[in-house]
Amino acid sequence: MSVAIIGKKIGMTQFFDDLGNRIPATVVHAGPCTVVKVKSEEGRDGYDAVVLGFGKGRLKSMTKPELGIFEKLGVEAPEVVKEIRVTQDEALLYTQGSQVDVTLFQPGEKVDVIGDSRGRGFTGVMKRHGMHGFPRTHGVHEVQRHGGSIGNRTWPGRVKKGTKMPGQHGNTRHTILNLKVVAVFPAQNLILIEGGIPGAPNSVVTVRKAIKIRLKKNA
Amino acid sequence: MHKTIQMLDKIHLRLDLPKFDAGDTVKVHFRVREGDKERIQIFEGVVIGRSGGGAHESFTVRKISYNVGVERVFPVNSPMIAALEIVQHGRVRRAKLNYLRGLKGKAAKIREKRVRLPSTSVSASAEAHDDAAS
Repeated sequence: MSVAIIGKKIGMTQFFDDLGNRIPATVVHAGPCTVVKVKSEEGRDGYDAVVLGFGKGRLKSMTKPELGIFEKLGVEAPEVVKEIRVTQDEALLYTQGSQVDVTLFQPGEKVDVIGDSRGRGFTGVMKRHGMHGFPRTHGVHEVQRHGGSIGNRTWPGRVKKGTKMPGQHGNTRHTILNLKVVAVFPAQNLILIEGGIPGAPNSVVTVRKAIKIRLKKNA
Repeated sequence: MHKTIQMLDKIHLRLDLPKFDAGDTVKVHFRVREGDKERIQIFEGVVIGRSGGGAHESFTVRKISYNVGVERVFPVNSPMIAALEIVQHGRVRRAKLNYLRGLKGKAAKIREKRVRLPSTSVSASAEAHDDAAS
């Protein structure tokens, strides 16, 4: 439940802050996002949310019903459409058809970044779970990258649920909490965030104001 | 590299520093912050290499301090570098002078490279000429 913006990860670089410290930073091309729709609890949707659109969509690859929605709302067809839950007060900031951009954020502010991690495909246990495999010498053969035992014998007679095994690694939704905004460039629609964020360059990320900031006592 | 990142990196590029390379003896005037006071500390030694490129480039300076070898890495484009003086250009045949670490005293000496003064003085006078013309 927080104000957010949709963007694309560009890549990482460094940034010198006012104190001369060198800070690793991820560059995100964020917004401007069109407010496609504002949903409210009183309305037919029954909950508060805003639907944001980002980028310029390919008209050719859209269905007529999709195009119809954007036409009716009077907004340009976006590439990415995402719904963001907001509180009732936050919903007041948005009006349909208006734009939100990176000026939503100030340098020094804490944000959360949500995105899909890099997909690594079907991966073995060493890469996926950091298991150590087996020695390459001392007579070990064929099982250098295996995980070893996955259970006991007749009791319990089955493999426990959640046992770490090979499988799909990455390409899952991840949220990184409380990252610091290093700099904001409204003219270029860029936002620099300290540290790394999920996903490969060019992947879609959502940047929202941090929801789990621990407030200082007596502040 | 993405052109947006190149654009961002340009903000920090320090184009005011003189050209220097491995083998040169330099004085790095580095800003040191103590509490809310700031002073300048000078680190003098031999550049034993530059690493990285663009805005991310850094260089390593080595000196012998009280008989102990000390190396310090500076980001080339750090705003904390107040000034960089070149004491002497050195004549070396490699880009990384890691072999200096095993040497001390006279063996660790680097021959001076005489930079052709005429060329620099020509450019200086050319600048002066430009100034006069404008």
